[in-house]
Amino acid sequence: MLLYSGMGLVYRKLFQYAPEAWKVKKEERIEKKMAKKKKYERTVLVGAENERVKDIANESYLQTVFRRFRRHHLAVVSLAILALLGGAALLAPLIAPYDPDEIVGTFSGAPCKEFWLGTDQIGRDVLSRLLYAMRISLLVGIMATFISTVIGVILGLIAGYFGGVADMIIMRFTDMVMSFPYILLVLVAAAVFKPGLWNIILILGFVDWPGIARLVRGNVLNLRETNFIKGNIVAGMPLRHILFSEILPNTVAPILVYATSVLALSMLDEAALSFLGQGVQPPTASLGNMLNGAQSLTVLTKQPWLWIPPGLLIVLLVMSINFIGDALRDALDPNSRR
Amino acid sequence: MTKYILKRILIAIPVLIGITIIDYGIMCMAGSPLEMLQGPRVSQAAVEAKAIALGLDKPFYVQYFVWLGQLLQGNMGYSIKSYQPVSEMIRSHLGPTLLLMGVSLVVSLIMAVPAGIYSAIHQYEKGDYAVVTFSFLGSSIPGFFLSLLLIYIFTVKLGWLPSSGMATLGTEGGFWDVLQHMVMPVIVLATSMAGSNIRYIRSAVLEILQQDYLRTARAKGIGRFLVINKHALRNAMVPIVTVIGMEIPVLFGGAVIIEQVFSWPGLGLMTMSAITGRDYPVIMGVCLLSAVVVLAANLVTDILYALVDPTIQLD
Repeated sequence: MLLYSGMGLVYRKLFQYAPEAWKVKKEERIEKKMAKKKKYERTVLVGAENERVKDIANESYLQTVFRRFRRHHLAVVSLAILALLGGAALLAPLIAPYDPDEIVGTFSGAPCKEFWLGTDQIGRDVLSRLLYAMRISLLVGIMATFISTVIGVILGLIAGYFGGVADMIIMRFTDMVMSFPYILLVLVAAAVFKPGLWNIILILGFVDWPGIARLVRGNVLNLRETNFIKGNIVAGMPLRHILFSEILPNTVAPILVYATSVLALSMLDEAALSFLGQGVQPPTASLGNMLNGAQSLTVLTKQPWLWIPPGLLIVLLVMSINFIGDALRDALDPNSRR
Repeated sequence: MTKYILKRILIAIPVLIGITIIDYGIMCMAGSPLEMLQGPRVSQAAVEAKAIALGLDKPFYVQYFVWLGQLLQGNMGYSIKSYQPVSEMIRSHLGPTLLLMGVSLVVSLIMAVPAGIYSAIHQYEKGDYAVVTFSFLGSSIPGFFLSLLLIYIFTVKLGWLPSSGMATLGTEGGFWDVLQHMVMPVIVLATSMAGSNIRYIRSAVLEILQQDYLRTARAKGIGRFLVINKHALRNAMVPIVTVIGMEIPVLFGGAVIIEQVFSWPGLGLMTMSAITGRDYPVIMGVCLLSAVVVLAANLVTDILYALVDPTIQLD
């Protein structure tokens, strides 16, 4: 009984001022709402230029892109993660505690103070190998993306701008490459040519281009009908100028977005290939071939430090790239008004 | 309609011929089938006699047409390792792969369609963010790593599910047994597919939600449930059909890796062992088959497209 009345007192004390405070808050809220509405009326309904609208109207294209990109918090975090991991990969020779190919410890040692992520089956430091593996995987991804982007852009430009027979041949060829199941084609190519770092890069580069070629072709077809390109043609500008100085810059944004997804895909493919033993060959470490050992039951069950870190790194890298690509797609979209 | 289908098949023919040329070219680059004959006990004369018998002394293009002729008769050559006819090998391995692919496709659609529609309706809400993040995770995680994780959790730690094969060794494998073996490979394949499908369906539905006919549907006051499930869902069928068409090649490729990890006795496992053993006739047979399947899938997708969306005029 006493307890109850005591609690009632506490409650009354607590809420004594509450209604007042709430009232103030509510008034504040209404005021804010009204202000917002007024602002809205001023800017949009009445049409007078508000400062913020003016800001947006005055900012450069890059500023717009940056502002829109920043809204995607996950992408910003991803960018930070990617920068961190990329930096670590780039500085691997400086920050790696051991030589990645040297036997420095016991066989399959568990993580300890000396070897943060343990040692592998023949006593190499896993952390050092991981850093170097990231270098290789990023290198493969970036180079393959670069090659396929160049091929795709050139073929797409030709097909889209010239049309006719060239378009037909290129598009049928694109269909052919696309009809082969992707991984199968890569695996077969890796089997025919000897697997190795540069062969993997070339194979992935020569397989990834059809998507970009189609994208560029579609954009060029649209751009060719615009007045400024027609004007260029009438003005007798050289073909090289029209293709590379007028058309290409106007289709860079979608290419960039697509390239990020190609980067993610080719890193996944490199990992899968190396995992199957058809990609980057040991002793060179890549994130995929570090997971290769997990096909043996002892490694899988007893030595998780050998296969979980490289796997998580792949997921982290690929996911960051995908998030960034998604935010870029939004930020670079010319139709978006926000 | 018939005219359109005929036209599509006619367009597919040059692509298919091109694929056979690439196919044949890679096989030739891989080396002559006589290389495996050579050895200390086989004389040069015997090799030459064999070359004439196999028609390898004729020019490249003649050989190609001979090969193509045999292909049309259903003869895809013989395996270097087991001397079995390739077509026979493919036939015996096709069943398990189709089972795995079919079930994964259905499961991924069961996951992706409701999730995609949900997150489109609740755009920029917490649920939407969760779904989209999951879909990014699904398409970013390598299939083999997810397989390893699942095996580690469900087979090694918990001991719930078998990690390899299609049936318990020594048994015929009843329905339940096969189902148990199928759970993990299906999860892996379906997750990676659902990842991209969710985002695709989401953006398609978002577009549909802004259409005039949906505003009309809303305006006539039939209620949210009917608007979404009757008007929006029907129109969302078009992108969903496209998604299925796009997934076929991805499935084929993904199956190779997943079958290898789970020792699923399908085409992928056969292909992988052919690749490691450099058994080119088998590899090429599978490549050809999968290319035909992909082309056929594209064709069926386009036809279905027309059936689902009456506004598409095909001619």
